[in-house]
Amino acid sequence: MIDKIKESAAVAVDCVQSGQSVMVGGFGSAGLPADLISALLAKGVTDLVIISNNAGFDRQGVSVLIAAGRVRKLICSYPLTKGATAFGDAYRAKTIELELVPQGTLAERIRCGGAGLGGFLSPITVGTPLAKGKRLIESDGRRYVLETPLRADLAFVRARFADQIGNLTFHMSGRNFNPVMATAADHVIAEVDEIVALGALDPESVGTPGIFIDALVQAESRQAA
Amino acid sequence: MKRLARHQIAQKAASDIPSGAYVNLGIGLPTLVADMIPPERGVFFHSENGILHFGPLKDGEDVDECLINASKQPVSLHPGASIFDSLLSFTMMRGGHLDLAILGAYEVAQNGDLANWTRDDPGVPPAVGGAMELAYGAKSVWVLMEHVTRDGRPRLLRQCSLPLTASEVVTRIYTDLAVMDVTPEGLAVRDMADDLSFKDLQNLTEAKLVNMAAVNSDHRLHETQR
Repeated sequence: MIDKIKESAAVAVDCVQSGQSVMVGGFGSAGLPADLISALLAKGVTDLVIISNNAGFDRQGVSVLIAAGRVRKLICSYPLTKGATAFGDAYRAKTIELELVPQGTLAERIRCGGAGLGGFLSPITVGTPLAKGKRLIESDGRRYVLETPLRADLAFVRARFADQIGNLTFHMSGRNFNPVMATAADHVIAEVDEIVALGALDPESVGTPGIFIDALVQAESRQAA
Repeated sequence: MKRLARHQIAQKAASDIPSGAYVNLGIGLPTLVADMIPPERGVFFHSENGILHFGPLKDGEDVDECLINASKQPVSLHPGASIFDSLLSFTMMRGGHLDLAILGAYEVAQNGDLANWTRDDPGVPPAVGGAMELAYGAKSVWVLMEHVTRDGRPRLLRQCSLPLTASEVVTRIYTDLAVMDVTPEGLAVRDMADDLSFKDLQNLTEAKLVNMAAVNSDHRLHETQR
């Protein structure tokens, strides 16, 4: 039977190359694939494009990658979480590029990237500085910005339970961006609390079907009791 | 009313939320509202990161770090709560399913334009989160804010000077000095601090105020407000 389990986060991220783009799930610390991020740091790759809702904070999340100077560009909605000093420093030093995307637009662009769509018409940034440089389209008497799809070379997602074929369940608000990011990258790695036997997951409870998942890693510490 | 302290502004708005409303609270002062609504009122709080019907903040040992609000604080869940992903969450927000968004603001314009996501400070990275979708899609938008800046300048303006979050979305404003509704004629003052005259209040406000007390047939109430 197919088995997507990797023996460690280090083995799972071994395929990552400098210059690649990585989607990282999580909202704040909830649903953050922390082990995969640590392994990415240890691997030493540089010049990364990171797509994530936040920029990490203190020593958590993508902060550690930014502080180590590994990130060329960040695509996110909110890089100002209290304690996200690594991003602030890099921003002021102009050593990192920021593409600021409203949170719902970020989710929808990723959805388009995963769903084979060419983009969508958004009313959200019309009349604000975030529409700058974007194509404006009128439809049915209303003005929209054309938002383009977002895809990545890799996605790191965090889940609660998984089976060996990659079906995932999520824990509480740890769900957030993980399901949509799992659809929009060429290679998707899931970090999970617990890998259970095939058949143990109720098909109705599966949050992300295994079709989207390429590799699985057992997390060092559980996010849920 | 008396001049309001921050938590009192939140309390005043909280007491006006209708039963059965689906409500999102923006970061900062609006988050105080969550703990001010008794469960019996039947108000459902939505959090952009994928929670509906969450309850008071939690602290202590048995906190679930995966159950947090938009300000990244641990919360509890009421019976009947639901969890969903970011896509569905923003469908609720952008798609007009939320009855009410209660937000903070740097500036609000007379026509309801809202500026609350950036002060354009050089060296401060811009950050927007879900603010634009929230302001755009909610059926009503209430703003909780101080009436003037620290150095006494108005924050209720003819036109916002800061980059907009959304255009013409604000419906009601609660400040430490007054409660106002956004109308085509200007900001209609529903209630205001007893120790100010209407003229005093207008002097602290660049936007045009409409004196609802002046059209009130109870002249004794009108006189007391002077």
